[in-house]
Amino acid sequence: MDTNMKKLPPRPVDMQKRILHWGLAIITIALIAWSCTGMDFGGIKATAGQIAGAIFNGIFHPDWSYIYNGSGEDLVSQLWQTVCIAFLGTFISAIISLPFAFWAAHTKHKKWYVSRTGKIVLAIIRSFPEIVLALMFIKAVGPGSAAGVLALGFHSVGMLAKLFSEAIENLDDGPNEAVTAVGGSKTNITMFSTLPNLMPALISNTLYRFDVSIRSASILGLVGAGGIGYPLIIALQYRQWNRVGIILLGIIIMVIVIDWISGMIRKKLV
Amino acid sequence: MSNTDKEALMTLPKKKFKFWNLIWVIVFIAGLFISTDVTHTDLGALFANFSQFTDIFLQMLHPDWAYLGPIMPLLLETIKMAILGTVIGSILAFIYSLLIARNIVKNKAVTGILRVIMNVVRTVPDLLLGAIFVAIVGIGPVAGILALAICTFGIVVKLFYEAIETIDPGPIEALTAVGANKLQIIVFAVLPQVITYFISYCLYAFEINVRASTVLGYIGAGGIGLYLQQTLQVFDYAKTGTIILVIIVVVVLIDYVSSKSREALMK
Repeated sequence: MDTNMKKLPPRPVDMQKRILHWGLAIITIALIAWSCTGMDFGGIKATAGQIAGAIFNGIFHPDWSYIYNGSGEDLVSQLWQTVCIAFLGTFISAIISLPFAFWAAHTKHKKWYVSRTGKIVLAIIRSFPEIVLALMFIKAVGPGSAAGVLALGFHSVGMLAKLFSEAIENLDDGPNEAVTAVGGSKTNITMFSTLPNLMPALISNTLYRFDVSIRSASILGLVGAGGIGYPLIIALQYRQWNRVGIILLGIIIMVIVIDWISGMIRKKLV
Repeated sequence: MSNTDKEALMTLPKKKFKFWNLIWVIVFIAGLFISTDVTHTDLGALFANFSQFTDIFLQMLHPDWAYLGPIMPLLLETIKMAILGTVIGSILAFIYSLLIARNIVKNKAVTGILRVIMNVVRTVPDLLLGAIFVAIVGIGPVAGILALAICTFGIVVKLFYEAIETIDPGPIEALTAVGANKLQIIVFAVLPQVITYFISYCLYAFEINVRASTVLGYIGAGGIGLYLQQTLQVFDYAKTGTIILVIIVVVVLIDYVSSKSREALMK
């Protein structure tokens, strides 16, 4: 038998592609190497392992007395407050998002710069740090969960309106034309074709944003805007590791439950 | 055509009344009232004090350009943190995703337990992770890098293992048929199909990390957020405005580059 049969033909070489790939790889490695320079890795506390162990231990030996004691400062009421902040914040942002979404959707305008400016404005809102926004609202309405609600409500617009505008762009033109063909006015088009077709996407996106808002709401407490973040940072500062453990456990359970519920509703919608 | 027929044509058909929709609306409205009550939200108070809000905003709109110089080192540190966090997190995610993909590891008990761990890790928000790591390793960028690494891990694992599970099983079968071991199957059958997805997910995680890293410093986890906290504490809003402007420019720029390269990658 001819042993040459077993040999595979050589791989075809695309020189241009290969140079491009190597170039990108070198740039990436150079970037990673650059990030390692000037980083102070020596600053780790000697007690790091001990504290990590204590927190981990705290998760398995939580401070059960903290769960509910009726004072309003306990875990359950703080978590409930967090959920309420996220709920109201998402609701406010959903309302504000609608006009923004129509502004940024490029199918609604003939002129390209209108939707482009809308998209840029949304990108800027998205990039504005949530925590700074919360601090600005604290100046206006005082510390507490109201500031958190408003901060969430305004910050979420950036992402929610972007999702909404994508939903509007994906809308089918057919129903609109049908309504126009039977003599419907602009309001009729919105009422009978645009909104009913848009509704499932709007609700689904809002629910998704609610999932994200729950996580954000648990952070806002770090700056005094209400919710579970505040007791967590206090417990971390006073080194009450058992309490840190139970709060973490509470947050994890809350997020998982909310994710599960909203996932179920979204599945039903689609 | 009789008159009633004409009338029937003129009016719209009656919508079917859905009982569940009513329940949802009631639950929703009740939720609104309850949450307004719990959070003590009062829009009146906002409008009464709105001048204070706009006042801060106006001060921020006049950024202190001289402050650009001093914040540059920390801005670079922020980007470095985001890069390192992404790299560490995605390396971990790469290995972990292979372990929880059901078409590679056949043992359902192993994948099940590992998936529960992944889902738990995914729930903790980035800033809380930052706060915890500051307590563990002390103030500094290392805490931020660790927090970002865990966030990246959560994002990339979830997306990447789903990509692995949807690959074409043909090449795996072919390699199994010629007697390849697990490692060879992964290298020659799985990776060629999913590696572009992996890079794309890492870039996506990098975008999120850049955003997150800009505020991590606020709680002492390194990066430009430190100046954010310092200037806000002394009410120096002109300087805060400069920082926010720089953050927005960097975030939008990196978002743009990264999303364009993701598009090119997926072509």
